[in-house]
Amino acid sequence: MKYLTEYRKPELVEQYLDQINQSVTRPWTIMEVCGGQTHSLVKNGILDMLPKNLQMIHGPGCPVCVTPLNLIDKAIYLAEKKEVILCSFGDMLRVPGSKKSLLESKATGADIRILYSPLEAVKLAKENPEREVVFFAVGFETTAPANALSVVHANRAGLKNYSILASHVLVPPAIEAVMDDDESHVKAFLAAGHVCAIMGLDEYYPLVEKYKVPVVVTGFEPVDLLQGILMTVRQLESGEAKLENQYSRVVQSDGNPAARSLIQQVFQVNDREWRGIGSISKSGYEVRSEFSNFDANLKFQIDIEEAVENGECIAGQVLKGIKKPYECPQFGEKCKPSTPLGAPMVSSEGACAAYYHFATAMEGM
Amino acid sequence: MTKTKLNMHLQCPMPKLDFEVITLGHGSGGLLTNQLLDSGVFNLLSNDWLDQRHDGALLNLSGQTAFSTDSFVISPVFFPGGNIGELAVNGTVNDIAMCGAIPEYISLGFIIEEGLTMQEFWDILVSIKFACEKANVKVVTGDTKVVERGKGDKIFINTTGVGRVHPQANIHINNIKVDDKIIVSGNLATHGMAIMSVREGLEFETDIESDTCALNHTIKYLLDEFGIDIHLLRDPTRGGVATVLNEIAKQTNKGITLSQKELPIKEQVEGACEILGLDPLYVANEGLFIAVVDGNIADDFLQKLKSLDHGAHASIIGEVVNNHPRQVVMTSAIGGRRVINMLVGEQLPRIC
Repeated sequence: MKYLTEYRKPELVEQYLDQINQSVTRPWTIMEVCGGQTHSLVKNGILDMLPKNLQMIHGPGCPVCVTPLNLIDKAIYLAEKKEVILCSFGDMLRVPGSKKSLLESKATGADIRILYSPLEAVKLAKENPEREVVFFAVGFETTAPANALSVVHANRAGLKNYSILASHVLVPPAIEAVMDDDESHVKAFLAAGHVCAIMGLDEYYPLVEKYKVPVVVTGFEPVDLLQGILMTVRQLESGEAKLENQYSRVVQSDGNPAARSLIQQVFQVNDREWRGIGSISKSGYEVRSEFSNFDANLKFQIDIEEAVENGECIAGQVLKGIKKPYECPQFGEKCKPSTPLGAPMVSSEGACAAYYHFATAMEGM
Repeated sequence: MTKTKLNMHLQCPMPKLDFEVITLGHGSGGLLTNQLLDSGVFNLLSNDWLDQRHDGALLNLSGQTAFSTDSFVISPVFFPGGNIGELAVNGTVNDIAMCGAIPEYISLGFIIEEGLTMQEFWDILVSIKFACEKANVKVVTGDTKVVERGKGDKIFINTTGVGRVHPQANIHINNIKVDDKIIVSGNLATHGMAIMSVREGLEFETDIESDTCALNHTIKYLLDEFGIDIHLLRDPTRGGVATVLNEIAKQTNKGITLSQKELPIKEQVEGACEILGLDPLYVANEGLFIAVVDGNIADDFLQKLKSLDHGAHASIIGEVVNNHPRQVVMTSAIGGRRVINMLVGEQLPRIC
């Protein structure tokens, strides 16, 4: 498989590990921002291969995990309306809302469809003119262009029965939130490669400047991750703090201008609630007023109570890298992928689920 | 290993009358039911037991007998590489074979949603006929029910089978011991990804076809040669290879190691799994089995299996160990290690 197998070569992995081992002289804490990176680190067993004094902290870059409880309740409320077909990415279905998950709602009759692309939802809207099709538009900057495109397509086709429930969050404000937290030990970031493929590098320079923290834009395959870690470690060891791009085969410095202009056309930046973390200013996207007909928040009267989080879940501390998943007293006890207390145990990109599924068991192997 | 395509050119002699489709009347037990069964089931699947049209079949069984049932609710009913009919025969045939037995007789129960076209029903019956012939099993009893539109999904099939246990077989979880080798008979995840490629809302262009097939002849040859050194046989359908291996680890209280490098998987299937974010270890399989065999015969077993139908891509993927009891641990392609847990929920529902 081209562009994949090359980045999974054991010889290259070994070379980078050697170089990392040679470079590290002190303990360092690095946060990989994106859930996809967490997944790959754990799935490939990389965490165990790194030097012991190099600690990886798993960041808030799992869109499913940070989607607020209230929005999940909204999605369930909409899904249970007779006229609505609610479309969602598969991962969202098992995330617990305040009373139930979308999956439980589906089991009791709600029409919920799992899709891989929002454009499929537009097609569904065309095919079902008597129904209201709502797409649960969850994601970081990476999925925003496709979600925006679905609105543009629906608008062009004159569809009156398509809308999105937008739950978009942005990476740079999350990095700021982590750096601003007094409890955080993070000394450097692996930035999310695919987010930067859309957004480019510009918005990361001010972060590097403000916090004097190394940021390396990094891909997702084993060789990508190890190269990104090596670049980060070298900066840390030499006392540098600059922006570097490990994932240059995909990420250009100006990102993808066409995709960004789509985002700007349909979305505007707003303050956003992050599940487990709290409100972060200017950290999300909402649908612009020009497209308000396609905003499910405005299109439907959504009549639900403000939900309260389960106090036993320490998702916020996990997402900010203050605690490891297994340091939670409920980890693997009350909270398992089959009965999650919080979102990071649900999504395959969630730090808790990643640990539960893949991490080499902590019993002395 | 080439999979013989089923000959689907038998002409449909169904008494269509005014009916292009199955109606509630076809399940009433009356005239329409009789016509449907005469021209379809009895016509195609005729044998001494079925032809008696009794309420059940009278069988002469002796010795240790394996007995297994399975229901098939796959969506879509026709998929790349097969349809629900042959799947229903092969599924039960394979379950019997996994007991170390030679399947002989099966039952066939249809639950049809009204509106299934006569042509579709005929095509399913034809594939059942050929699948039975290939597996050398007889349909000896059956049942047909029709439910209202919206109360089913085209057609559900239940098959139950019986078969005599092979004289040299001793398949039991308790026979598994440390240093036993884990062998898969072919490529992983092929069936699941074939179904995935045609699911509404997920369609992608590919030439991946289901590998559904009867494994009983392959298993028989292996039992002839290796007998009691074959400790366990399992077909990793729903939940995939990862789930079966976890079940084995938990039941035996032993550890299992896997090597990612040794997992056989077709390039297109691997690519499709990458794109859709699925782990092939958890994707459903059909024409595949896992054998846990004595470490001393593992290489010979592998060579023999590779020479048999459906075994060309077989591979030794792991072994039973004393370490990490009740856990499956895989060494990744780059040398890292991770625990392989049981599938939680469904990667993709209604795959068989």
